[in-house]
Amino acid sequence: MTAPVDPAAAAKGAAKGATGALRVRVRRGDGVQDYAVPRRANQTVLDVVTEIQREQDPTLAYRFACRVGMCGSCGMTVNGRPRWTCRTRVAAVAPDGDLLLEPLRNLPVVKDLAVDMEPFFEKWRRAHGYFEPGENPPDDFVAVPPDSPERQEVDAGIECINCGVCYSACDLVSWNPDYLGPAALNRAWTLVNDVRDRGQAARLDAVAGDAGCHSCHSHMSCTEHCPKALSPTFAIAGLKRETGKAALRRFWRRG
Amino acid sequence: MSPLLYLAQRGTAAILALTVLVHLGTILYAVRGGLTAGEILGRTQGNVGVLLFYAVFVLAAAIHAPIGLRSVLREWTGWRGRSLDLAMIGLSALLAGLGLRAALAVYWA
Repeated sequence: MTAPVDPAAAAKGAAKGATGALRVRVRRGDGVQDYAVPRRANQTVLDVVTEIQREQDPTLAYRFACRVGMCGSCGMTVNGRPRWTCRTRVAAVAPDGDLLLEPLRNLPVVKDLAVDMEPFFEKWRRAHGYFEPGENPPDDFVAVPPDSPERQEVDAGIECINCGVCYSACDLVSWNPDYLGPAALNRAWTLVNDVRDRGQAARLDAVAGDAGCHSCHSHMSCTEHCPKALSPTFAIAGLKRETGKAALRRFWRRG
Repeated sequence: MSPLLYLAQRGTAAILALTVLVHLGTILYAVRGGLTAGEILGRTQGNVGVLLFYAVFVLAAAIHAPIGLRSVLREWTGWRGRSLDLAMIGLSALLAGLGLRAALAVYWA
């Protein structure tokens, strides 16, 4: 399937400073559809998708919101790598002008480039990726020194905005669909280091086992692709240590 | 993988790193020195140190390999559940049995 460049649209593009055309292939269901999009200075991949949807093919489905790298909703696979399309310049990833756009890997496709994030968020819940205040709230605020080791560990992973890029990059999720994934485990690690949290034993149980941190092969694809430059791999290594210590403590008590 | 299996696999990996090196070094030493099979058996026979070393080597391998193979099979074949765990326990017993038998054979030879 090929959608030829509309001469009127191309002329309009030229008037706006377009320089040549990009060959854009978009995975739509089982097939790949070709588009030609005018190339522009400082164009992002999200600009390209939006131009296709608005000027050439209104049936193309994709997702975005903020356009400035804050919301994490425009994640797609660009030339084989998961990325935020709003923060990816075409010139940086397609110097030859060829773009292959696919939905994020490891998530069910709703339509075209839009994926269903529900399994991703469900795994956050399964990893106890939420704050547990305990039965009795403390009488006073807890003082957390910014330079304490626990707070430093939290700081290293707290900026995650749940975009799903690491989840899409993770081979383990492809091989083991039950695997909780880097984002959920990274979130769990920030909470393990939250001195106010009262749900640590249950959380460490939740992130251990065949679906949990010990299945990680430390390929570091999550760390390589995280648009926020976080390192879920190190968070997972921390969980391996803490779950290991907890298991040994239980083992000695039983024995 | 449970945390205890994970720790067991990492712990035995550390043991194997050392024992494999010693094992390979011993082979190279024996071959370079031109020892015959009879001379090698003469040195291993009744040597408690050799027996203990290879017993540790074999038991570490018997713990390490099935845990890793279990992960590989889970990820690449989709084989899961109790049948896989039982098969890996069987493999561990087989490796331990055959390995200890070999170690005892050169001790008693």
